[in-house]
Amino acid sequence: MSDAATLTSPAVEARPVLRERGQREVFCGLTGIVWLHRKIQDAFFLVVGSRTCAHLIQSAAGVMVFAEPRFATAIMEERDLAGLVDANEELDRVVDRLLSRRPDIKLLFLVGSCPSEVIKLDLSRAAERLSKKHSPSVRVLNYSGSGIETTFTQGEDACLVALVPEAPVAAEDAPASLLVVGTLPDIVEDQFTRLFNQLGIGPVHFFPPRNSQSIPAIGPNTKFLLAQPFLGETARALAERGAQHLPALFPFGAEGTTHWLKAAADAFGIPELHFLAVVAPGRERAKRALEAQKQHLAGKSIFFFPDSQMEPSLARFLSRELDMKLIEVGTPYLNRQLLSAEMEYLPEAVTLSEGQDVDRQLDRCRAAKPDLVVCGMGLANPLEREGISTKWSIELVFSPVHGFDCAGDLAGLFARPLYRRSVLKV
Amino acid sequence: MQLTVWTYEGPPHVGAMRIATAMKGVHFVLHAPQGDTYADLLFTMIERRGARPPVTYTTFQARDLGTDTAEIFKTAARDAFERFDPDLMLVGASCTAELIQDDPGGLARALNLPVPTITLELPSYQKKENWGAAETFYQIVRGLATEAPAPKAEGAKPSCNILGATALGFRHRDDVIEITRLLNQLGIEVNVAAPMGATADDIRRLPEADFNVVLYPEIADTAARWLERQYGQKAVRTIPMGFQATCEFVREVAALAGVDPEPLLAQHGSHMPWWARSVDSNYLTGKRVFVFGDATHAMAAARVAKEELGFEVVGLGCYNREFARDVRAVAAELGVEALITDDYLLVEETIAALQPELVLGTQMERHIAKRLGVPCAVISAPVHVQDFPARYAPVMGFEGANVLFDTWVHPLVMGLEEHLLTMFREDFEFNDAAGPSHLGGHAKVEAAAQPSVSEVERAPIAAAASAQETITVLNWSPEATKELSKIPFFVRGKAKRNTERYAAEQGLEIISLEALYDAKSHFAR
Repeated sequence: MSDAATLTSPAVEARPVLRERGQREVFCGLTGIVWLHRKIQDAFFLVVGSRTCAHLIQSAAGVMVFAEPRFATAIMEERDLAGLVDANEELDRVVDRLLSRRPDIKLLFLVGSCPSEVIKLDLSRAAERLSKKHSPSVRVLNYSGSGIETTFTQGEDACLVALVPEAPVAAEDAPASLLVVGTLPDIVEDQFTRLFNQLGIGPVHFFPPRNSQSIPAIGPNTKFLLAQPFLGETARALAERGAQHLPALFPFGAEGTTHWLKAAADAFGIPELHFLAVVAPGRERAKRALEAQKQHLAGKSIFFFPDSQMEPSLARFLSRELDMKLIEVGTPYLNRQLLSAEMEYLPEAVTLSEGQDVDRQLDRCRAAKPDLVVCGMGLANPLEREGISTKWSIELVFSPVHGFDCAGDLAGLFARPLYRRSVLKV
Repeated sequence: MQLTVWTYEGPPHVGAMRIATAMKGVHFVLHAPQGDTYADLLFTMIERRGARPPVTYTTFQARDLGTDTAEIFKTAARDAFERFDPDLMLVGASCTAELIQDDPGGLARALNLPVPTITLELPSYQKKENWGAAETFYQIVRGLATEAPAPKAEGAKPSCNILGATALGFRHRDDVIEITRLLNQLGIEVNVAAPMGATADDIRRLPEADFNVVLYPEIADTAARWLERQYGQKAVRTIPMGFQATCEFVREVAALAGVDPEPLLAQHGSHMPWWARSVDSNYLTGKRVFVFGDATHAMAAARVAKEELGFEVVGLGCYNREFARDVRAVAAELGVEALITDDYLLVEETIAALQPELVLGTQMERHIAKRLGVPCAVISAPVHVQDFPARYAPVMGFEGANVLFDTWVHPLVMGLEEHLLTMFREDFEFNDAAGPSHLGGHAKVEAAAQPSVSEVERAPIAAAASAQETITVLNWSPEATKELSKIPFFVRGKAKRNTERYAAEQGLEIISLEALYDAKSHFAR
């Protein structure tokens, strides 16, 4: 990831960023499984880890997803640590049992964790071995969601990187196609699909797909839009396959969505007038919906604790479209390349911070007395108890927030805590 | 390796966190990678605590592994001490830090902090949450309660400690209030309640009490045994859950304190015995109940179910092996086989096979029961946000007995309604699929019309289970099948099982209408 910095444009470099290395109050990459396992419907996620990993995933969603989940943990025990040979045998046994229980699974991810990384259990070799064994009915891949390597949404990035090689190779002379990268709620996919159809852009595919059997072909004529700002490694892997990244603002709010769609329209040579005609109704709807939320948000100050890497994009949306005042925008990792457009749209006065020292950040937050704090679930109630309104950040990853027709809902997520505080008399 | 879908217990360091969070003036420095901070939300979200747990995590990353993670630990410990100014420091490692062997204890000692610092050894790959809580509490007690008490003043009131209540415990907050009140009514002073609400100084004062009340053996048993060995403090181990157990508890503590229990027992004020005896409770008789939870709550609940509500306990189990022997003994008395497992899927299979009319379990069993369409009440951790009610709701003491009656009876279909449902099976509005009329949300009807996501998800297992069933099941004639469907859902499972058992014993190939009624009379004996 460090080499992303070398691609930074000088203008962005100039902006001061507060870098901190203390206690990080963030989830690890395993958390992404909570939404990924619902998205790819024939995939299963097997975490190779400890009891802590199992406990994390079942607690992370706040409520347990008590349907028969398409994830599980192979909990390592004392004897698995004694010798790696035994650990591999044990893993094979666990996978056999799992696959016999779930014959509907076509794609199995072995997900590395902190303990499996530390004891250097080689899951890529295990995946190869198990793929051979269970071929052709099940394909086995691996990635790491460990906390020592990934923060929260980086888990999805790592998962998608593992999935890229599974995509068929598109021919050199294949017609141009558009790939939208990043897990989106089904309804948002449908909304974007309609817009791209109206624009005359196609074929359009989404990655990850809803089914592992329908991974779209990728080649030099594939152009891709990132739907989420945390997919830097996936973007790199796609570029290595020859696909072309279409840099843009991320599709939050009327402005971001227009900018994002325009990047695709330009790449596909869509005439300006046609583009404007197609996006106008959606953009107007979004603006109307935002107007309704603005009364609660305009002029209010907001402070972001680091969580999903979506913070700079959301801050841009809140500042430019809802007139909120940004105090600090924290992000676990600032991908200067992917966010270069976003950074240009952020006001000069805001403090950008990368990494975390949670106690010091809390000090800054209390001193700044923001009207609203965006933070994780470990911090929200304690801050509320101190009289500070909060929006828990995980909801921003779990709700439909992209595009024109979700812009009002996205603003509503921030407005609700403030409105609620104004209503309550207890 | 153990294949796990859901876990009943977290890792041992979460147990340690429960102790640190319950106490006052304690700070825990945990050597752990980033991500392990998820555990904070258990306390801030599930329990709605208004303060962060007093835990500092080192949150080391991969790039730190090659350099000096020990230095990160030392910095974190020093900074935490300066910022939080605790009276007692705990240091330990989570599962990953255990592997890198940085020796938090040695590192902390090297800092020479001016407060007691206790090192926790929490073997993550062998032990679990309850063990971690018990070990942490024991180490704190052992580390601080080092001085024998001064001789007691002449005429001083008898006193005891209440041990075991923690953060994230099932109704611990209200149980402690209820039991304190009960002891005070007997003229017994509570010297210290710990770990919940206790300071380091309170722990030092533990030996001053005459005896200990062990409310939650999962957490306090180890410490109570040490106190008994060290200071001769007797431990009261009767769990005052249910009316009878509360009376026994009162007698036991009164004997140890040298006070008369009878005045209190004569005016206990509990509604529970009369509620259970009143005629409308007749319909509770023989309801088939499955009980599962931590050993302490499960054993106590089984007794209340059988002797105080008149239910039939058809299954009993616990997820913590430490107390398996006790649970097996109670199960044997009840004539059932104990289910000792932390495998959620096995618990689910067992409940599906037993087809109880009520499940008393944890949040895990609540979901199993919901899926199977069986009423359920929660009796034990692991907990959920709903297990921290705004109102006062102990499950121990005389008020606790009242609470048990209400929460276990409430999910059931009420007496006369049950009869009406039996009599008029074909009423289009009032039928068993519509659910008990006093409860909202008729999910079953909707579920039948349009399978929910969770049901679609469940299909593979459900299909497997029913396929297995049809192998053992003989053929049902169409008439018998139709008749079976006229039996209300809450006894249909039992009727089906009994009939099939009868048919198998009799070697019948087809279950006819006659066989159904023969079986009924056979099992009525």
